[in-house]
Amino acid sequence: MLPAQDGGSFTPPSVESHLTPFFTIGGLEFNKQILLVLLSVVIIAWFFVAAARKGQLVPGRLQFVGEMAYGFVRNSVGKDVIGAKDYKKYVPLLFCLFFFILVNNLFGAIPILQLPSFSHVSGAYVLALLVYVVWIGVGLKENGLRYFKLAVVPSGVPWYILPMVVPIEIISNFVVRPMTHSLRLFATMLSGHLIVMIAGSGIEFLIAQESWFLKGTSILVLVGAVAMYMLEALIMVLQAYVFVLLTAIYIEGAVHADSH
Amino acid sequence: MNNLMVLASVNAADAAPSPLAVSWSEVLVVAVGFAILMVIVAKFVVPMFEKTYADRTEAIEGGIAKAEKAQAEASAALGEYKQQLVDARTEANRIREEARTEGAQILADLKEKAASESARITEQAQTAIAAERQAAVVSLRAEVGSLATTLAGRIVGESLDDDARAARVVDRFLADLEKQSEGATK
Repeated sequence: MLPAQDGGSFTPPSVESHLTPFFTIGGLEFNKQILLVLLSVVIIAWFFVAAARKGQLVPGRLQFVGEMAYGFVRNSVGKDVIGAKDYKKYVPLLFCLFFFILVNNLFGAIPILQLPSFSHVSGAYVLALLVYVVWIGVGLKENGLRYFKLAVVPSGVPWYILPMVVPIEIISNFVVRPMTHSLRLFATMLSGHLIVMIAGSGIEFLIAQESWFLKGTSILVLVGAVAMYMLEALIMVLQAYVFVLLTAIYIEGAVHADSH
Repeated sequence: MNNLMVLASVNAADAAPSPLAVSWSEVLVVAVGFAILMVIVAKFVVPMFEKTYADRTEAIEGGIAKAEKAQAEASAALGEYKQQLVDARTEANRIREEARTEGAQILADLKEKAASESARITEQAQTAIAAERQAAVVSLRAEVGSLATTLAGRIVGESLDDDARAARVVDRFLADLEKQSEGATK
């Protein structure tokens, strides 16, 4: 709590306030995140269907932007990471993950919406679990049950080190991986959102003070908040990329388990 | 904002919710929303983009193939023209060579013909000369004979008109002449 000369105290937005639902129907809580997630599905589907529909050989502006976006995930993530032979199957998943996360993150940078959906952890859990199931499924399909051995016993390691390496591999691949995958996204979004929110409410609080000195300091906070906002916008894009890149790497590891 | 703060203070009275706790409504919405998005993307967006890519690749490769075909046709035509040119040159050389041979042949023929003609003319002329000479010799002999006998008759005063005798005299005279001329030539 900041000391305030004119009485009253500053109550910054907290994680608790952030988690409060709008309303509850039949035990299910509804909040802004839910609306934003639904909005993102509509936006992405509408945009890419509109961009892809014409399929002209010489693309128009909308189609060009759509193809750039699609081509980025397809080639820079899918083809380059998974390899030209196997990547095609996974393009829809990678594409959906990237743009679903990107749009939901960027909601946090849009002034009125101002909320990245993944600042709540549940959505991140869902996506990370989906990816977890997918890459293990791919590994089993491509390599059979041998996959688990390939995944936890690195080749070229002397036998006497294996008792130490195998548990580490099991924990890092099958336990920690989905956790870090989901929490990385959630934590960056929540912290970024809270920083911007705290700065915002701080400015509001300072301007409300009677002292002109305190009113003036709000400008400093504003400058800092704008810088943080820019950084946050960068992180939003970066986290979407990181999430989908890791997904591609996990799938690649599962597809080519015997060459690792 | 204010609403949230009010709600927050109300909530703070209860047990503080963990930020890592699962909200099942959000799980449901994200799962369903993502599934819908996956279906739309996998059914429409990706096939449409891939089709566009494939069409474009095909168009470009088709263009290249067409250009390559035109190139091949052009070089085939060029080869053909070159071949024709070579053929024409060979033909021209052959014709020239033939003409040269033929000309030489004609020249040789003409030369031969001219040579034979001139030989024939020379021979004819010689025959004619010989005949003339023979005729001249014969007529001269007769003339000389009669002339000589007349002369001799005048000199000797005796007629030598007796042909037999005259002939004998002339013959002897001529024989003497011939003997003399042979002696002179020797």
